[in-house]
Amino acid sequence: MTEARALRVLVLAGGLSYEREVSLRSGRRAVDALRGAGVDATLRDADAALLPALDADPPDAVLVALHGASGEDGSLRAVLDLVGLPYLGADARAARLAWDKPSAKSVLRTAGVPTPDWVTLPQERFTELGGEAVLQRVTAGLGLPLIVKPAQGGSGLGVSRVSSAVDLPAAMVTACGYYPTALVERYAVGADVAVSVIDDGGGPRALTPVEIAPHAGVYDYAARYTAGLTTWHAPARLADEVLDSVRALAVRAHTTLGLRDLSRVDLIVSPDGAAQVLDVNVAPGLTETSLLPMAAHAEGLDLGKLLAALLRHRIAA
Amino acid sequence: MSGTTHDDYTDRYARRVRGMTASEIRALFAVASRPEVVSLAGGAPYVSALPLDAVGEMLAGLAAQHGATTLQYGIGQGAPALREGICEVMAESGIDVGVGASPDDVVVTVGGQQALDLIGRLFLDPGDIVLAEGPTYVGALGVFQAAQAQVRHVPMDADGVVPAALAQALADAGRRGERVKFFYTIPTYQNPAGVTLTNARRDEVLEICARAGVLVVEDDPYGQLGFDGPAPLPLRARRRDGIVYLSTFSKTFAPGLRVGWILAPHAVREKLVIASEAQILCPSAFAQAAVTGYLATMPWREQLKTYREIYRERRDALVTALADLMPAGLTWTTPAGGLFVWAALPAGLDSKAMMPRAIAARVAYVPGTGFYADGGGSGHLRLNFSFPPPERIREGVRRLAGVVEQELATRSVFGGPPPEGAHRRVRPGSDSPGPDLA
Repeated sequence: MTEARALRVLVLAGGLSYEREVSLRSGRRAVDALRGAGVDATLRDADAALLPALDADPPDAVLVALHGASGEDGSLRAVLDLVGLPYLGADARAARLAWDKPSAKSVLRTAGVPTPDWVTLPQERFTELGGEAVLQRVTAGLGLPLIVKPAQGGSGLGVSRVSSAVDLPAAMVTACGYYPTALVERYAVGADVAVSVIDDGGGPRALTPVEIAPHAGVYDYAARYTAGLTTWHAPARLADEVLDSVRALAVRAHTTLGLRDLSRVDLIVSPDGAAQVLDVNVAPGLTETSLLPMAAHAEGLDLGKLLAALLRHRIAA
Repeated sequence: MSGTTHDDYTDRYARRVRGMTASEIRALFAVASRPEVVSLAGGAPYVSALPLDAVGEMLAGLAAQHGATTLQYGIGQGAPALREGICEVMAESGIDVGVGASPDDVVVTVGGQQALDLIGRLFLDPGDIVLAEGPTYVGALGVFQAAQAQVRHVPMDADGVVPAALAQALADAGRRGERVKFFYTIPTYQNPAGVTLTNARRDEVLEICARAGVLVVEDDPYGQLGFDGPAPLPLRARRRDGIVYLSTFSKTFAPGLRVGWILAPHAVREKLVIASEAQILCPSAFAQAAVTGYLATMPWREQLKTYREIYRERRDALVTALADLMPAGLTWTTPAGGLFVWAALPAGLDSKAMMPRAIAARVAYVPGTGFYADGGGSGHLRLNFSFPPPERIREGVRRLAGVVEQELATRSVFGGPPPEGAHRRVRPGSDSPGPDLA
């Protein structure tokens, strides 16, 4: 009897986005985890040699561990569709929608999924109407504090919390440095919670909600990727019924945006238990301090086996 | 368990470890290593200009014919033959027997960085004051911070550090009852500023430090890379006492070998050897043999000329491109040697905030904040010209000019950045790339 051939998976990591470093860490972790689960996994960068390599030696499936643009904006997924290779996670169209935060928030709100009030402001609008005049209306309309972030992007890059109107211009400059449109959102008080959603064929289900408690109060790049600067609680320190409603809301967000296989939904849960969705990620981080691996661990799931099961489901689908 | 920080050792770390965190700017440099990005951010010499075949043959011989010694431990102070060779190299710069440069007072180190670290170990107690040019070498700032010393920057102008400002800084410290342990200086083709301390000021600086009883730590990695005529004599060539002199083969030969040295007063030298043995036992015997072989058998003076010619052409390419392509308001130094140009952005721009835009435009530089211990430098950036060829340098400047223009447009809408120095102090190194970035 011959043993079944090991699943061959190409993990794509790196790329040219701002999150290259995080992506490389995610990719290495994914390869290790998959190999531990008996998968023949290889890691490579997304560069000009990728497509010829895929033609020469196509894997069974691709795991896109590219964070930021190309990996999450759907464009690389569209190319993989053209090549005819299955890949883990959202399809190109859904990824594109989730990647653009204002678009995703609009779709979620229309579907009745709560998300904090926001305004989307391209830099040109300020040029047209005058920076100060527009910012005055923003603070008057949304109140303070505010969260200012690039309309596209991840890893907390370019994100500022603004408590005083005088700090708003600098926050806009920071956000616009990463992307020419800023999302200005009303700051919601509460616990930061991330819920990973997976679907290996039985329909989307939420893993254990993970609560994020950054020691310095802000979950910025350093707090995310330096072990020791944040305490993560899995499950989140919430009442059972709140945990259940948070899980249900995450699944709703995943479904509303038309995602598949896996995603991570970031929420804020107010002290009275009301949850709002802040962001949805189609290529959740897989680093040592990332939230999906923590949620899997809390459920007693092996990350490699989980990813392998999701990949097998995607190939069979 | 109520939660995890993913670091079970948090309570055990030494206090000096506290600032060692992941950095957004460091993350952006990860992109700069891709070939699509023109990197003006590195500090790498153009080692492809070495006669690599001949170097390779020499290295092979070191293992095949001399392996019994080159693959063995060596002595802590460094191989005697290499220390002789180092004295020959220093003599080229005017540091010779006439000023008491002897192989006996040379300590071989693992690059200039270990030399700096040894100086920190020998002289710095927590809370001590170090004076250094502002801006200064990021690797030195890292060492001083690890030693828990406080760095006070002394301003420079086109002629190097300003003597009156140095005297003032010493007087201020004296008034506060603070202990200034040494003045750290890169007088020649300074990193990052690209300026050189003039002859007249050299004597003045030595006099000021001697009067105050403050040691001078002279770091001289670039002194032999002058392409507009010879450099002024090093400080150590002017005075024997009160100076510890550091240099390295990283810029004049090959950084991959990690060989540097310290020339120190005799008493200091003895302690340096003890401290170095405690730290590393001995420098790599193989790397030392490689440098010794290079100095003894290969035309190293000719190689210096080659490096100088290449760097002059690249410096010219950089400053010409800056003049041709940059928007008004951006100014820069024109170094007579070394590897770096220091540019000042038009008023109101912030080199750190501009970094993501630059990476998106596929060009990288080092924000000026990396070269200050006090959060300053946000209006400046460092540009390297030693590694990229001239046409890439011009392309990099073309991209950077577009970024500066975009940033000017953004600032005209939202107003200027926080004032210089308002940036949160960060760990030295978190705003600059790792050593592997070319």
